[in-house]
Amino acid sequence: MSLHEQTKLEMFRVMLLARRLDERAWTLHSEKKISFHVSCIGHEAAQVGAAFALQRGHDWAAPYYRDLALMLSLGYRPLDVFLGWLGKGSDPASGGRQMPNHWSSRALHILPYSAITAASIPHAVGAALAAKMNDEESVVLAACGEGATSQGDWYEAVNLAAVQQLPIVFLIENNGYAISTPLKRQLRVSQVAAKASGLGLPGQTINGKDPFAVLEMVNQAVELARSGSGPSLVEVNVYRPTPHSSDDDDRLYRAREDVLDCKQRDPLRHTRLLLENEGLLTADKLQRFEDEARSLIEDALQEALQAPYPKPAEVGEHVYA
Amino acid sequence: MPEMNLIEAIRQALDEEMARDEAVFLAGNDIGDLGGLFRTTRGLQAKYSRGRVIDAPLSTSALVGLCIGAALRGKRPVCEIQLADQLPLAFNQIVNEAARIHYRTNGDWNVPLVVRAPYGGGTGGGLYESQSPEAYFTQVPGLKVVIPSNPYEAKGLLKAAVRDPNPVLFLEPKYGYRNMRGEVPDTDYTVPIGPAVVSRPGRDLTAIAYGAMHALALQAADKLAEEAEIDVEVIDLRTLYPLDKDTLLTSVHNTSKAIIIHEAPLTGGFGAEIAAILAAEAFASLDAPVRRLTTPDLPAIPFSPTLYAAHMLTMEKITAAMQELANY
Repeated sequence: MSLHEQTKLEMFRVMLLARRLDERAWTLHSEKKISFHVSCIGHEAAQVGAAFALQRGHDWAAPYYRDLALMLSLGYRPLDVFLGWLGKGSDPASGGRQMPNHWSSRALHILPYSAITAASIPHAVGAALAAKMNDEESVVLAACGEGATSQGDWYEAVNLAAVQQLPIVFLIENNGYAISTPLKRQLRVSQVAAKASGLGLPGQTINGKDPFAVLEMVNQAVELARSGSGPSLVEVNVYRPTPHSSDDDDRLYRAREDVLDCKQRDPLRHTRLLLENEGLLTADKLQRFEDEARSLIEDALQEALQAPYPKPAEVGEHVYA
Repeated sequence: MPEMNLIEAIRQALDEEMARDEAVFLAGNDIGDLGGLFRTTRGLQAKYSRGRVIDAPLSTSALVGLCIGAALRGKRPVCEIQLADQLPLAFNQIVNEAARIHYRTNGDWNVPLVVRAPYGGGTGGGLYESQSPEAYFTQVPGLKVVIPSNPYEAKGLLKAAVRDPNPVLFLEPKYGYRNMRGEVPDTDYTVPIGPAVVSRPGRDLTAIAYGAMHALALQAADKLAEEAEIDVEVIDLRTLYPLDKDTLLTSVHNTSKAIIIHEAPLTGGFGAEIAAILAAEAFASLDAPVRRLTTPDLPAIPFSPTLYAAHMLTMEKITAAMQELANY
């Protein structure tokens, strides 16, 4: 089944929006207008491809801090993102309590992320258990980096999902580094997907340049889960051209040539070329996407800058329900 | 009114709550066919289903995390940890996740989760089947810590915990599982989480306790009334966090003396918090230093009977400490 042209263009539009929004974060950080940023650059095809396999508002997601493009795919707005980055009171994830990119939205079916790597993976499995109990044919997408797959919670949760045959897809965004620790010092096997067979679920690896290929693979996993055939793991190989976060200095652990080389693997560029070659993306259309992204971002930024901080008196609210 | 032990009271609470609300389910290790290490869930899997009484693999952290995820989706999970000594395996899920999700999402989500775990000595369990880890969890706003002191409370508090929209750590004094017996109504009742209760009124001093030590404190108070004409008021905390300060302060204002009794070690134990509150808010009423009677600052309760006896609190030790305080 070939993807609808409109869907392809929409996926590209979201990837572009995520990239421009992320780039804006880095400039805001250098201007000291935001205190922290953790980037999704290089992960856009993986995230958008996976997110488009979900039925928005019906399925569920447990994203991690790098999933900006995934969040935009599921209905989070640039304004929502800025409110979180700036720690404003109307930040929909946490009212300014959590650091940036610690996503949560009950309305959008986004499970709350803490900051402890892999701790949300058992929650995603529990949400899948509830979906199975309710017989509602919804699926959970649980995302993390390859670094989190070394945590005990990850193994325990994936094993539980396999034993219980729960409707969940584990998305691994493998960018080769757990902050500074390279893959070879994280795993003995060559790919995270190899761990899946030991836990009794199918695991596949795909290159993270092409969002449409990622979508197709995640779609298969989602359909397996939805039909009651249990969990799957999809590992997407990506590259992170930025430091881990704005507090990181990646010159201490990787060569510059390595980073320059990765620009050849840029998923946004690759997707643009794919769509141009297919004749779907004209220069005019590309310009329109760029213009729309810029005005959406700048309008949202202005609105977020003017939004109030949480009131000091609110610090004691919502300790107990 | 039927009389039952702690195990039967807990089982009845779980059974009634499962019958009342489809969203309630149980998850734990060996809770199905076996009915749990202490048989608290015996017969429930057969009565309900494998889907509602879930035997999980030995993944303590993910077990609690699984229940958190289901709770986020509106289920009412009751998670059984076989022994409170194993709670550190799930510490992150309980403390960093369950207890903080409501706050960190600005009230968007809540986690109606109960984590049950048997705690304390008295069953010959040695270092890793006897611990009283409650103080690790009484510095965690967002979490409620509940410890019943008799079968009536166990049923009523557990039913209240299941209905609470917040995560509740429900610590069961396993010494009392078969040793505590009492009248338990067959009816659908709850005991509210929060308030402490004066379980024995008295004039001369206030003894504050919970769980198995509360039962010993009551016995000691009866003995002192009979043999030494010392009239001890005993407070059963029921909920350690959030703490009902008013009941403690009212009592100490009347008696002017206080002793706190717990099985956990002294330093940084829950008694330290109560002593600090009394020092700050009942200073003018106190006629004696606040006394803490606890097990010693040693790693955990040893197995061998001689070492166990040297370590553990007894009714005699409690009686002596109460008498000493009364005579101060």
